[in-house]
Order: sequence, then C-alpha cells, then structure tokens
Amino acid sequence: MAVHYTEEHEWISVEGDVATVGITDFAQGQLGDIVFVELPEAGRQVTKGGEAAVVESVKAASDVYAPVDGEIVEPNGALSDDPSLVNSDPEGEGWFFRLRLTDPSQLDGLMDSDAYKAFADAQ
Amino acid sequence: MSEAPDRLLPLDSWHRAQGARMVAFAGYSMPIQYEGIIAEHRWTRESAGLFDVSHMGQLIVAGPEAEKGLEGVLPADLALLKEGRLRYSLLLNDGGGIVDDLMATRRGDHFYVVVNGATKQGDIDYLTDRLPRGVVLDHMKEQALLALQGPKAVEVLARLAPGVEQLGFMTGGAFTLDGGPVWISRSGYTGEDGFEISLPAQRATAAAELLAAQEEVKPIGLGARDSLRLEAGLPLYGHDLDTETTPIEADLGFAISKRRRAEGGFAGWHRIIREIEQGPIRRRVGLTVEGRQPVREGAAVIDADGDEVGKVTSGGFSPMLEAPIAMAYVPAASAEPGADIRLVQRGKIFQAKVAPTPFVPHRYHRKGAA
Repeated sequence: MAVHYTEEHEWISVEGDVATVGITDFAQGQLGDIVFVELPEAGRQVTKGGEAAVVESVKAASDVYAPVDGEIVEPNGALSDDPSLVNSDPEGEGWFFRLRLTDPSQLDGLMDSDAYKAFADAQ
Repeated sequence: MSEAPDRLLPLDSWHRAQGARMVAFAGYSMPIQYEGIIAEHRWTRESAGLFDVSHMGQLIVAGPEAEKGLEGVLPADLALLKEGRLRYSLLLNDGGGIVDDLMATRRGDHFYVVVNGATKQGDIDYLTDRLPRGVVLDHMKEQALLALQGPKAVEVLARLAPGVEQLGFMTGGAFTLDGGPVWISRSGYTGEDGFEISLPAQRATAAAELLAAQEEVKPIGLGARDSLRLEAGLPLYGHDLDTETTPIEADLGFAISKRRRAEGGFAGWHRIIREIEQGPIRRRVGLTVEGRQPVREGAAVIDADGDEVGKVTSGGFSPMLEAPIAMAYVPAASAEPGADIRLVQRGKIFQAKVAPTPFVPHRYHRKGAA
C-alpha cells in the first residue's frame, strides 16, 4: 500500500483503484484545533486540484483539494461527530474521504514520504 | 498596508521560548497560540491566563483642559469619574462613527487612556487634532501591558501584589509587583474576573516569568483572546465597530452617559441623539448558528428573498458552548433575542437565531455584589 503526498499537505493512500485521502500531521498542526469538516458526498466527481472538502479550525476555514481525479466512494462519517480526530490521528482515524481513481497515472507526480518530509521541513 | 517589518513586543523572545506560534497583528509580531486555542480558552475560564497586550496604545492626557477636551470626543461623563475609576468609552467622529473604543481612567492630575493597537497612531493623530491647546498627549511607548484573566487571577495576583484583591471591577491603583511599581486595574476583555497590569517594558519579561511560574497561570495567545471576547459578547474594533457604525447601532448605548445625552457637546451627538430617540436602522446582535460549522466575518445576513440586509462581523466556534456563535448587524426589526436570521457563506445557507449576549455569563468582581 503506497502513500503519496501533495504540496497542499494531503496524503493519499492507495489500495487497488481506491484511495483514502486526508491531511498530514504537519497540516493539522498548522491549522490548530479543528472544529468542523465539510466533506463531499458519495458519488460526487472531484478533479485534481479542485475543492473537495473544507476544514474549519477555531481561527479559519481552509479548502482541501482533491489530489487526483476520481469519484467519491465514502466520506468519513466519524468526523461529523468528532472533528478533532483530524488533530489526534490525522493520518489514521482522521481520514477525510475515499475515492475511486479515474487516472492512476496522476499518482506519479506526487511525493513519497521522504520527499514530503523534506518539503514540510522547509516550510 | 505598510511593508514595514513587524515590530517586536518587549516579550518577543519570552513568547518564542514558551513555544508560541507568532503571527503579524496590528503591526507587531504576536503570539497567536501556545498549546492550542481551545485548551488556552478553557484554561482562562477555569484558572488564570496571562496575556501580553503590549501592542495596545497607552496614553496620558494631561493639563487643566484634559477633562473638557476629552469630553469633546468621548460621550462619557468624565466629570463624574472618580479617582482610580475606569470608564469604557468611544472615540467618535462628527458623524457619530466610532474611531476607536477605549478605557479611560482618572489618575491623579491626568487621564490614563488605553486604545487598540491597530488604531493607536490614528487615534493619536485624531486626538492631537481635536484636543484643545494646552492639553498634553503622551504616548507611553516604553510601557508594556499584561492581562491576567480568569477565576483564579485574584488569588494569584494577591499573592504577588498584595492589596489588588481590594479592587472592584473597573477600578485601579498603584501597586508593587516583582519589586517595582506597576499600575493595576481590575478589568479585561474575557468576561472573567481579572486584572490589567501596566509596567515599564524593561521589567515586563521578569514580571511575565513570575506570573507564569504560578501553577494557576498559563500564557494565552491572541487566538483564545478573540474566542473569549466573542463568547463574552464584547465587540472588537475594526471588525464589529468602525467609523461607519454608531454607538447605538453597535448596542453600546450604555457608553453614552445620561448628562452627555442631555447636554451633548461631543462629536456626533446630533446623529446619536436622533438614533436614541428614533431607534437605529440596524443593530449589532449575538447569533447562535445551527449545526457545527462556524460562520465567519464577512458572511451576509439575508432576508426571505435572499437579498443582503446585514453582515456577520465576527464569528467562530465557542469552546464552552461547543457550537458556532457570531456577532452580526441585522435590521432592527429582527434584533430581538429569538429572532430567526438567515446567513449565507460561500453559497451555503445557515440558520441562526438572535441570542442574548454574553453567550457565557460575565463573572466580574463588582464591589458589593460578592
């Protein structure tokens, strides 16, 4: 199972043609206490770089972009009850949504964990 | 705005050593948070929070004409203001618009006035222009300002500066803290009991160290300062108040003293007295928003036809109520508690209700009351 990262601080974990997407630990640390996550509904088509979700901290709202093209399979319902999962376990229980990849070759342009770590450290 | 680099607070390196995340605010590099906004917010409501508000402008207005001069631009009855008493007031322009909100204290032969950080230079220019000759305006640039807020603030500060426990809400006096003279008032911007401490900048770090070393005290950043004041229903200048809003629209009519209402003689009196008599067209209210998603500054208030009839001026998530709350200007006809309000933010409609403010009860220490 390969995990890829974007320059917008999202992670995308791929299993077959389904990918799970969330924001990185670095991103949740920058945002601070998260109080609400607006997620896309199942069946919605998202496009790479397009708005897919909104994450609200105490301070501000931030867009979360789709890292690749695809169809939303499942939003993480647990975040409606407990948005702070994004703070406590951003790269696990705090995932945002699963999508079915339209074009797996789009993953090639993303960073692996070492490249992302270097990228985040330079921020 | 200016390209000038952010100025550093006297406590800049102390904040960084405490692990603060620093952001640009009011021309200064300021701590937005240390351990996290919600934790800091709750700590302040339960124990005691230490805030560095040294970006605020601390002014001295002196001279025989100071009282009369200030009454020309403030609607407060300063003649009634006794020694060591604070008054919340508004710096007004001739149209009745709010130039700034401030605290004025009668202190010996002068008034000590604390104004907002982002507006202090404009205030100084305006006061210089409007105060009569002979009134001396001094900006105490070398003075720091700390706030200690929360239910345990009094026991902490009474330990370090004995006598402060005798102060009632909105009074102040000279005390000794950490071996040096300071001015302390029982006031603040959180809705909690607490104190504000004015002291020379070169002693600020040692005083902050001493205060933060008390087990009841943690440093609190600007993020929680904003969420605390929002829960307390207190407006923030530049967001909920500006030169286009009047005190009556802003629901700050209490700041217009009885004698001044009757006599006038302050900037904007004609408009303000008309609004007192006829009622304003719009009013600042508190809102509770359905659901969990915060509605923020800039969101529109809309009527049944979807037309914009007002604006959200502050909005966020209340850590104590665990729900979104906001302040907005709404048509006067919809300004009573319980009124249904519709908001729109990024194309999405939100249902809200006018709520009584404060959202979380004030716990000020009023003399005679407790």
